[in-house]
Order: sequence, then structure tokens, then C-alpha cells
Amino acid sequence: MSVTPLLEIKNLHVEFKVYGGVLKVLDGVDFRVNVGEKVGLVGETGCGKTTTMKAILRILPVPPARITGGEVLFKGRDILKMKERELRETRGRGISMIFQDPTAALNPVFTIGAQLEPVIRHASPENRRLSKKELRKLAVIPLKEVALADPERLLDAYPIQLSGGMRQRVCIGMALATNPELLIADEPGTSLDVTIQDQVLRLLQRLVEQRHSSVILISHTLGIVRQMCDRVYVMYAGNMVEEAPTRKLFANPLHPYTRGLMAAVPRLSGGGVAMGIPGRIPSYLHPPSGCRFHPRCPQAMEICKHEKPAFQQAEDDHRVACFLYDPAVAEPQKEATTA
Amino acid sequence: MRTLTFIARRAFHAIFVLLGLSIVIFIIARIMPGDPARVAVGARAPEWVVEQLREQMHLNDPLPIQYYYWLTDALHGDFGISLVTRRNVADDIREFFPASLELAFTSLLITAVLGIGLGTLSARHKDKFIDNVVRVISYMGVVTPSFVFAILFLLLFGYVLDLFPTIGRLSEGVPRPPTVTGFMTIDSLLAGNFTALFDALHHLILPAMALAMGTMAQEARITRASMSENLTKDYIAAIRAFGVPERTVMGRFLLKPSLIATISIMGLDFAGGLANAFLVELIFVWPGLSRYGMNAILRKDLNAISAVILVLGVVFIVVNIIVDLVVARLDPRIGLRAARSD
Repeated sequence: MSVTPLLEIKNLHVEFKVYGGVLKVLDGVDFRVNVGEKVGLVGETGCGKTTTMKAILRILPVPPARITGGEVLFKGRDILKMKERELRETRGRGISMIFQDPTAALNPVFTIGAQLEPVIRHASPENRRLSKKELRKLAVIPLKEVALADPERLLDAYPIQLSGGMRQRVCIGMALATNPELLIADEPGTSLDVTIQDQVLRLLQRLVEQRHSSVILISHTLGIVRQMCDRVYVMYAGNMVEEAPTRKLFANPLHPYTRGLMAAVPRLSGGGVAMGIPGRIPSYLHPPSGCRFHPRCPQAMEICKHEKPAFQQAEDDHRVACFLYDPAVAEPQKEATTA
Repeated sequence: MRTLTFIARRAFHAIFVLLGLSIVIFIIARIMPGDPARVAVGARAPEWVVEQLREQMHLNDPLPIQYYYWLTDALHGDFGISLVTRRNVADDIREFFPASLELAFTSLLITAVLGIGLGTLSARHKDKFIDNVVRVISYMGVVTPSFVFAILFLLLFGYVLDLFPTIGRLSEGVPRPPTVTGFMTIDSLLAGNFTALFDALHHLILPAMALAMGTMAQEARITRASMSENLTKDYIAAIRAFGVPERTVMGRFLLKPSLIATISIMGLDFAGGLANAFLVELIFVWPGLSRYGMNAILRKDLNAISAVILVLGVVFIVVNIIVDLVVARLDPRIGLRAARSD
């Protein structure tokens, strides 16, 4: 596999201005997707996964959100510095996104066709010259691809007339209609029941394989990530805390948070009730000093309260943001305990 | 088909509303002190004439029977004679109502274009300089009564700058087009009389602007509020993520869901503007229904009062039906709900 980076996020900071102050939601996020790679992103609800993805496409609502620092390089070009035209061409054709909640992602007052047709119209320069009729013909294709019955009639239906599963399929169809080089799938199917969710994920997997697109898969179902992704990032409270090839991460999780996350997965093979991680995601208004995980960390040290650990290599392709693996910090500690 | 059923049902409901309204009007008219027969023939007429007229006017019959006669007359468009103008009330209405309606429509047009425009601008540049300017203007527009704007515009644009005429619907010397619709602009257009058309428009602008200021400010605020709320919705993020240009996102995918609240309020503002325009009509000497109704109230001209209230009642009902239809068209969720229920 080639290792040409397709998307590289460097030190991304995002803030939300709210009534009580400023929420420092993303606190220096680093992230990379290589060409053809499928990357997983896991973490608790509210840890900033969706915010990171929306920041990539510059679709965070501004205000209240504000990107206060960092770079988002797509094929070497900084998306955050793009002008309207270049941005528009990067969105859709370059990067597209499947949203978490298909009901919220579809405009309730437009028919499916009215939403799908402009997407296809702007998917390529040639399409811009098409007539309404030809456009409508093209609009049927993505709906067929996601195995929706009677696509012709669906074009004239409003989202409210579809079931949750159908809406999710429509969203997938729309996101893939532009043939994106990079597809962001934000917890697809989370809002659906388990059997439908499974169907939707299988469908997505198949479509992605066919197109050889790169994928970012956000999920809190670790099993799905394990099955689909080449590499995984773990995120906590606006920071990347661990990154490794999938197999390595599952075999040998380093960060205490990642370990907690894996222990929280219930297993069919027994072992009783799964362990959770005590506590919850901290407030972004007054985030903990130092490592944001330290108040919940079973292995917190003194330094964790004051300094933020760097996101650095523990092994060649395994990165972690934790002082336990920082030789400058961990070694003297170990010596102290053994002595 | 669904639309027709809807209109039919609403029209059916309207009959009852209007019946109720007519009963209230009738009772108020009969409770008011003073003998309509005596008022009609004057103070110096002998008693037997009054008695004869009273019999003729069914004033000696019990109230329900009087109501029956009054209603049948009203249904035939006969509201009696106005004490003020000494003419048939129906003729007065026919003359004054279109003038008010023309004013209200013009004001609605200004409200819609500027209100929605300013609201969109404000939402687009939320919390920036433009937004703050629009918001300050909106606050002032909402809290200032329309007659203040009327006087202000009259003095500023009418006298000091002398850009607009300040009295009536047409200048003296401009030939009046034959009355077809009662709308001076449309009648001029139909007659091919462009001098009159421009003169009529020229006369319309100041009073319509004065009337539109408050509603425009209101619409701008509502549009801004619903737009900036909808801007945070995922469906806007999604359609942007798919590479649809900003122009289409704002002008289509954001505008339509944001207009629902605005249009509901705009309908009520339109009907309200028709009824509450009397000071503006007074200031610009506009021969409108609102001014006519106000005069009728001040002089206890019962026949005229009843007719004006009834006409305004019908306007409110029609406007509400239209608003509901437009909103149902804008939002399929409402349309479907309306079709499912009862």
C-alpha cells in the first residue's frame, strides 16, 4: 500500500463561543489518512469526533464555532485557507460525508430529488450543462446503488415519508453520488435498529470497496472498526490519544483510556458485566489542566496534572499521548519504584 | 384536490365565524343608545313619521327577527345609509376598501422584500457589523408606531426634500382612470394611462413605506432568528459537504425552511395593517377604509361600523386561509398533517 498522505490534519484547534464563555473543544488534533486507506476514529460521545470531521469540510456552524489554529491539508492544499470556489470543488468530489442522523441530515421541506439533483449537478463540470430531465435520470443511479426500491418515485418523496433505514440509504447515496476520493462516515446507522444498522454497514462496505475510496469511519462500536479499518485513532476530550494499525491497537492498547474503552465492550464469551470508565468527558469550558484524561486515569502521575503529554511514537507505527510511555518521565519513575 | 378540500373545509368553518361576528356586531349596534329611526329622519321630524319608519325598519319586532332582517339585507350587500357620507354604506365600502387594499398590498410587498432581505443579510453576517446595524434598525422599527414614520416621512420626503406628493392617491390635474378594480395603479395600467400609473405609484410610496416599517422590522427579526437557527442544522452542513455552492445553499436550502414563521406572521401583519392604517391614512389624506371606519366610530355611524367590521372579518379569514395554504406548500410535514387530521 502506498503511503501518500491524502488528508493531513495538523494541530487543529476549534472553539465554540457559548453564553458562559469559550469551549475549547479541539485542542491540537493531529490526524492523517493515506491514499486508499480506511481509518477508524473511536471515542466517547462528545469527544470531538464529529467536530473534527466537520472542521475538515468547514461545515461547522460559524458562529458559534471558530477554527482558531492548525492546518487541514487535502492533497497538500490547506482547506482552511481555500477560497469559495476551490472549497466547493474539494467538498463533494474531494471529500464527502455521511452524517450520523439521517433524519437531521435531510432537509425536511425538500423532496429527495430536489436535494440530490443539485449535488449531482455540481459533482462535475459536465453535469453543470445537463438539462433537468437528464439530471433526474442521473439522480436515480445513486438511489439504485444503495438498493432502494422504486427510485423514480423516491425522488418525489419527502424525507418524512421514508423510514429511518431508507433515509440512511438516501444519505449514503447522496454522499457517494459525487464519487469522493475520501468518504467520511460518521457513525452510520447509529440511530437505526441493529439489524438495519448491520445491513447499512454491509452496503457501505461494499460500495467503498468498489470505488477504492479512502474512508474515515467514526464509530463507537469497536467491532465494526476492527473489521473495516486499516488504522485506528482514539480520541479523548478534543485530543488524539492513540494511533496504531488496527491489529496492533487491539492486541496491545497503550493509553489507559484506550484500555478502558476496550474493557467496556461486553463480550459474548462471558466474563459478566463489562467494565466502564468511571467519570465522564470533562467540561470544555474549564478543561482539566495537563492531560485532559488525568482526573479519570487510574495511572495518573503528578506530571499529568500540569503538563500536556505530546502525541509521539511509542513504537514505529504506534503513537500515544501519555507520559507512561515518555522515556524522560516514565524511566525515572520506574527506577524510583524499583529502588 | 387536497388543496380544494382544504379550502372548502375552511370556507365552511368561515361561515360560522362570520355568523358569530355578525351577531356580535348586530347586538352592539342595537345596544348602543339612540333610536336609529330617529337618527335617520332627524330631530325635527314628527313622532308619527319616526313610528312609521320604526315599523318599516322592523325595530318593533323581537331581536332575533330584527337580526334576520338585518342579516338578509347585509347578505344582499345592503348595510343602510351612512350618517356621515349620507350615501349607501355599500357604495362607500366599494370606494374606500380598494384604496386601503392597494396600500396594504404595496406595504406587504415592501415588507416581504426588505424584511426577508434584511433578515437574510443579518443571519448571513451574524454577530458582525452588518448584523448589528440591521438589528438596531429592526428594534427601532418594531417599537416605533407607524404614524410616527408617517409624520417623519411626510415632513422629510414630502416637505423638506419635496420628493413625494403628500396628499391623496392622484395629483390634481391627472385624469383619473375609469374604475375597474379600484386599484389606482392597476386601473391606470388597464386604461393604458402611464401618467396616472406613475403618479399613483408616486403617491403610494410614502404611506406604504410608513405602514411597512414596523412589519418589515418584525419580519427581518423573525427571518434572522429562524435562519440563524437553521444554519446550525445538519441538513445545511450536509448539503454544503456535498459541494453545492453557497448561493444555492442560502437561497434555496436555508431560505425555504426559514420562511415558514415569517410568512405566518406576514399574513397577520397584512390584515392588521389594513385595519390599523387609520392614522397613516389620516396623515396622507388617503381615502381608505381604515380612515372611513375610524370616522364612523367617532361619529357613532352604526351602519358603517358594522360593514367595516364585517369586511375586515372576511379579510382576516381569507388571509388566514391563504397563509395556511402557503405554509402547507412550504412545509410538507404541515401539509400532510392537515390532510390526515379530521
